[in-house]
Formats: sequence, structure tokens, C-alpha cells
Amino acid sequence: MEVFKYEKAIGFMANAKKTATVSAFLVIASLVLLFTKGLNYGIDFAGGTIIQVKYEGVAPIEKVRSIVAQDAKYAGATVTKFGTDSEIVIRTKEASKSISGGAKVEVQKMLKDTGTFEIRRVDLVGPAVGEELKTKGLLSMFFSILGILIYLSFRFEWRFAVASIVALIHDVSIAMGMLALFQVDINLPILAAILTILGYSLNDTVIVFDRIREGIRTIKSPNMSEVIDESVTHTLSRTTLTSLTTFFVVLTLFLFGGEIIHGFSFTLLVGVVVGTYSSIFVASPILMWLNFSVTEFREKEAAATKRQKEREKQRAQFEQGTI
Amino acid sequence: MGNLNYRVVVFLFAFLFGVVFSIPSLTQSADSNTTGKKITLGLDLQGGLHMLLSVKTEVALESKIKSMGTSLKYNLEDAEIVYDALKIDGNKVTFELLDNDDVKDVDAMLAESFGDSKVLKKGMTYALSLTDKQAKETEKAAIDQAVETIRNRLNMFGLAEPTVAKQGSDRILVEVPGIKTQKDEDRIKALIAKAAHLQMMAVDEDRANRVYSMSEEEAKSYGDIILADVANKEIKYLLYSVPILDGSMLTDAKMGYEEKTKRPMVTFSLNSQGAKIFGDFTEKSVGKRMAVVLDGEVYTAPNIVQRIGGGNVQITGAFTPQEATDISIALRSGALLAPVQVESQRSIGPSLGADNIKASIIALVVGFLAVIVFMVLYYGAAGIISNVALVANLFLILAVMSMFEATLTLPGMAGIILTVGMAVDANVIINERIRELLHEGSSLTKAIEQGYNNAFTAIWDANVTTLIASVVLFAYGTGPIKGFALTISIGILASMLTAILGTHGIYQWLLPKIDKKKLKFWFGINKDANAKGAK
Repeated sequence: MEVFKYEKAIGFMANAKKTATVSAFLVIASLVLLFTKGLNYGIDFAGGTIIQVKYEGVAPIEKVRSIVAQDAKYAGATVTKFGTDSEIVIRTKEASKSISGGAKVEVQKMLKDTGTFEIRRVDLVGPAVGEELKTKGLLSMFFSILGILIYLSFRFEWRFAVASIVALIHDVSIAMGMLALFQVDINLPILAAILTILGYSLNDTVIVFDRIREGIRTIKSPNMSEVIDESVTHTLSRTTLTSLTTFFVVLTLFLFGGEIIHGFSFTLLVGVVVGTYSSIFVASPILMWLNFSVTEFREKEAAATKRQKEREKQRAQFEQGTI
Repeated sequence: MGNLNYRVVVFLFAFLFGVVFSIPSLTQSADSNTTGKKITLGLDLQGGLHMLLSVKTEVALESKIKSMGTSLKYNLEDAEIVYDALKIDGNKVTFELLDNDDVKDVDAMLAESFGDSKVLKKGMTYALSLTDKQAKETEKAAIDQAVETIRNRLNMFGLAEPTVAKQGSDRILVEVPGIKTQKDEDRIKALIAKAAHLQMMAVDEDRANRVYSMSEEEAKSYGDIILADVANKEIKYLLYSVPILDGSMLTDAKMGYEEKTKRPMVTFSLNSQGAKIFGDFTEKSVGKRMAVVLDGEVYTAPNIVQRIGGGNVQITGAFTPQEATDISIALRSGALLAPVQVESQRSIGPSLGADNIKASIIALVVGFLAVIVFMVLYYGAAGIISNVALVANLFLILAVMSMFEATLTLPGMAGIILTVGMAVDANVIINERIRELLHEGSSLTKAIEQGYNNAFTAIWDANVTTLIASVVLFAYGTGPIKGFALTISIGILASMLTAILGTHGIYQWLLPKIDKKKLKFWFGINKDANAKGAK
């Protein structure tokens, strides 16, 4: 089967201004969402307690709500459905420090008249641990970006590194904007998902850039936009296929992976879509707008090859003893 | 046969290695004990209790001061020095001498036995306190000792493979997998929390009859303390706050039954120093009462009838056999120098763990099958070759994780599923490059060699960037994040081996058999090589 066949270069860069406007709008909208609605930090970062209860049959959620509301210690607790109709979670901001007793025993006592149930999970995070995780999360984000920047500048050129980081920020802010829009609980797995988007977005950008780098050497046109159009068109089949397979794999995670990794797979779904889009429509135009000069790059490369050749020649002469 | 080459040989070895080393992990179940290194399931997959504890080190400092008081009292009495107002006041122990002639002896005794501590002297009033260095050491010792003690207790409790480890400088990580019932969980938590602070304290018989009308402040002014009975909180005892001896002199503790009443009891033995102190004290105090205090509650306070030598003591009280067992475990493993408190806790029921396994296996199988079917449909035989690499990749991840005896968590499962997606990418890139070259009219050999060459830099750079991100994740992440980063890192490395080297080898090996007329079958393209010349 063959769906994509290279016929002629598609004019991606001709429409770059339009797509850039769309991207800018999405990023700004995401930032506005992040600052107005804000992220909904889950207990991993904010601290608190989550109690997951599974009933035999349908959970009497209203009854549980009214019982929980009566308890002073659980004031401000929320009770929500979790996945199926038989499961609920109770969330509080409290995090008891005592080892024995605690939320599990209290909830067991509180709900004893609401039916047959089983407490399946209790997660409790103290405020100190939450703070630590936040710091560590930000640090890990910072250091991954730094490491990748260094690697890309070394392997490509600084403009490539800058363009890929802009695409990265574009992807991560849109993904976080979606998290704010849908008020997904931000927990550790979400952090992992965002870092995966970081990796995926770069992965995708690097593969497009690799082709552009190759195009600069092999395509005759000195015009960057033509080089980009032709190179991107060449990678189109790969980009689409890989994105689709990855998207499908993540989709199965989202559909069958269970409630606990719902937020995780949702974040990844968003990430796969924007990550693919941004490689072509954000990273590549930026490369063009940063005044990347094809001829200059070729001259530099030619000079580098020349130097390399001369060095080899000298070494050869030296080894033969002619110097 | 085709031409065997080093690539395909390396690939076959890797495949074999993957299969052999992942067998112990794949065949393990809750009941059977498979030998060999294997992957352990994380708490989120098998259920269990995860706790991050911190130690209240300030209490360790307090009790260090207290035990300084205890040994000071013993030393003073041993040297027959007359003293008064020996008491613990905040972070220091103070006492006064009555006889000026004793000053020299006391100074000598303090220099010998308390040389490390800070001694302040004002006339005949002495104040002992801890130096900064001593305080730091005490805090560190309290944490280390808590780790050791909790580990001992959980091991003695006899559940499978609990993990107790120090995390950072002041946290303790406790993980207990395989807890089946709520009751077991409660017992384990009680066992961890139990300070098991054993003290023998003398009853202040001179003022004992006023105990019910006395305030705590008043008791303190006499150097006394009021403690309640364990079974009946209404019963109160007035005790000298400086204990006769404490649990540090204990050598063994056992649960047993009293001969006459058949009630459960805890018996314990003291070391020789403890036995001597105990013997001396009981000899002096015939007719008075002595209280056995555990964690601030009086278990028993019998009248001393005669000197008790040998250092064997028993506590009977109102406890069940199970409580007696747990108390003796706690006593035997030693007291916690300071109480521990929960910083974070995750408790996952076994049924939820089973659900999680089921969900992630369904996701893995569905995702994997979809990818495999797609690859064959789209790429034909080339797709099958990619799929062989994909399967090898999965086995390799499992094998490497087994060798490191890594823990597989839910995010780790997600990582494996994601790796499947990423490993496919490498083969998609390669196959697309080969197709491109075939369309341009390259010969088969050239298309394959050149295709791998062209694809390599892209795959390499892309994988290295992802690897950088996941290594950083591993370094900064905790618990579940670490598992995710680990599987992705292993997956990337494995896919470099299987998807780049392995498939390349297979192509070279099969090359003589590939029919140039059947490119549709081999590479899924609608064009036969050389049918149309180069563009």
C-alpha cells in the first residue's frame, strides 16, 4: 500500500504566515487559560488525600456527599464519580501525619451505612512533599531543555536549536492550556506526559530538520523556502504514518488504559497532534525567518570539508615522510 | 541460505537473550516461586502500602537529654554523692550539690562520663546539655536507627519483601507489597508507628495519694510526671520523671502465656548492666511500687516484694495474643529514638492492582496488534521484518528490566507502550527511505544500503534527544516517574539495536531471495524496480 508518493513539493512555506497566526493565537489562548483558569493541581503537587471507593452496584454518590459534608474534618472535600458508576473518589486538602488510623479508617466508619464497598486506594501527600515535587518537576523540565539545546546546537546549528525550542514551547503551552481548559488533575503522571511531549515534539522536529539539512546539501535551489518545501514534502509520508501509529497507540491507552492513566494519555494525545503540526508549521518557518542562508551554510560546509581534506593530505604526506 | 552477516547474528543473539531472560518474569505468578532474576510488579500493579515517613528528630533530642538524666542519676548515686533538684529543664539536665566537698568528685565524674557534653557550672548548680555536634549526631542516629528498626520489625512480621530505605537526608521510604486485608494493613501501620519506648519508673509514694488532685505543672515541680493506665485511662500514677532504666538495656522480648491465668504476656530480659540496676533498685525499694511504662502508658505497677535479680521481667496487661506478639516484636527490634510521621502515603488494594494490570495489558495488546497489522498492510514483507524487530524489542526491554530486577509500575507499562510507537518510527523512516530510492530507480542493494545510510542520522538524532529527556527524568523523578523514564530509556536503546541493526541484517541476509519483480510483495510499492528509469 502506498498513500504518499512524492510528486512535487507542496507549498508549505507560502502559507507560513497564516499557520503562524493560528499557532500564535493558540499559544496566547493557552497562556490566557493558564493565567485565568489556572492548572488544577492534584494531590501529588498540592498535597491532600484521595480515597477511592468501589461499591457493589451503583455508588450512592449524593448520599456519600451529604455524609462527608457533615464531618468537620472533611469540610471542603469533593466527591466525584471515577470511571465507572460504581466507583467514587473523595478528595480533601487534609493530609494526616499520623500513621495509624487515618483517612481509610475514618472513611470506612463514615460510610458504613451506605452499602457494601471496598476502599481500593488511599493516596496521601503532605504539603512538604508536594512542594518538593513541584521544584523537581520544574528542574527536570529545565535540564531536559538545556541538554537538548546543547545537543542540537552541536549537531545542527544554533538557528535549528532555537527553532526547535520555539516549537517545543508552542507544544508544551498548548498541551498545558488544554489541561487548564479541561481542569485535568495535575499529578506526577501528567508531568511525565508533558516531558514525553517534550521528547516527542523534538523527535519529530529533529527528523524534519535532518531532512532539511540534507536538502540544503542536495537541493540546488539557494532559496530556503524552496528547500524547506521540498524536504518537508519528502518527510510527509513518514511524519503522517508515525504520528498516526503513535496517535493510535496512545488512543488505545486512553480508551483501555483505565481511569488512572486517563489524564496521562489525554495529555499525550494533545501532544502528538500539536507536536506533529509544529514541526512543519512552526519550527520550519522559524528557520526561514531567522534568515538562515543556504549559500552561507554551503560555503561554510565547503570550507570545512576543504580544511578536513587538507588536514588529511598533510597527514598522508607526514606519514609518507615527505614533510 | 542467504548470506549471514554480523548484523543478523548480533540480532539473533539479542533476540535469544531477550527471550531467555524474560522467561522468569513472564512465567511468575503470585503462588509459584520462579527462580532467576525477574521484574517485580510495582505497588500500583499488585497492591500494597507505600509510605514516605519523616522522623521527629526533636523528640530524639529530648529523650537523649532524658537518658543523660538517667545515667547522671545512676552515676551520682553510685558515687554516693548527695544531690538535690535533679530535673530535666527544656534541653538541659540540672541538679544541685548539697555538700561543697563533693564538687571535686562530681567534676571528675562529669569529665569522665559526660566529657562530650556541654557542662555549665554556677556555684553548686550544674547544667548539662548537648553540644551542636552531639545534637546533629543524635538526629542522624535517630533517622538511621528508625530505618533499621522499621526494617527489622517488618521482616519479623513476615510479609513478603518489604522495602525500607532512607530517602534523601531525612526521609524514610517504606513499601510493603502484597497486603491482603485491611486488618493486616492496620497492624503493619501500628507496628511501624509504635515507639516501643520502654521505661521502668519508680512511683513517688510520698505524694502518690494526691495524684488525682495534682496538676501536671505541680508534678513537674517535684520532678514527677503523671501517667495513665493503658487499659483504664481513669487510673493515674505519679512517677519520678527520671526513669530507673529504659529499653536500651533490653536484650530479648517474647510473647508467652501466664501459667495460672493463661493470659497473654510479654516477657523480656535485661543485659547485665540493666539487671544490676534493676536488682539494686528493687533491693532498695521493697514495699514501694515500680511501673512498667511503654510509650507513655503504664502497663503494670506491682509492689516490690523482694529484690529481683536475673533481669527477667514480665508484663501482663489487657492485651490480645496478637497485640502481645506485636509488642514483643517492637521491643525486640528496639525503640524508635523518635516517633515517625507520614509525609505521603499510597495504599492500593489488591483488586485495584489486578484491574490496573488488566487495563494496561489490554492497551498493550490492542496497540501492539494494531501496529503490527498496519505495518504488514502498508509495507508488505518489509512490515513483517519491522514487526520481528518490534517483538524482539519487547523481549529485550523485559529481559534488561529483569536483569536489573527493576520494578514495573503502571507508568512503566505506559512507557513500554509508548516505546512500541517510537520503535515503529525508526522502521517507518527506513522503509520510506528505501521506497524513495526504489522510486528513483536505484538497484535493490543500493536502495537498501543507501536507505539505511540516509535514515540513520535522523533516527540517531531523534533518539538521542529523547534519551536525554528520559535520562533527566530518571535523575530527577521519583517513584512512578522513574519507572516510566527507565522503560523508555531501555526501549530506545533496544530499538536502536533491533530496528536499525537488526532489520538491516535481515535485509542483507534475505537479499539474494528478494525478487526484483515483486516489489509490491516485498516493500508494498506499486512499482517494480528498473521498470521506469531514474527521474
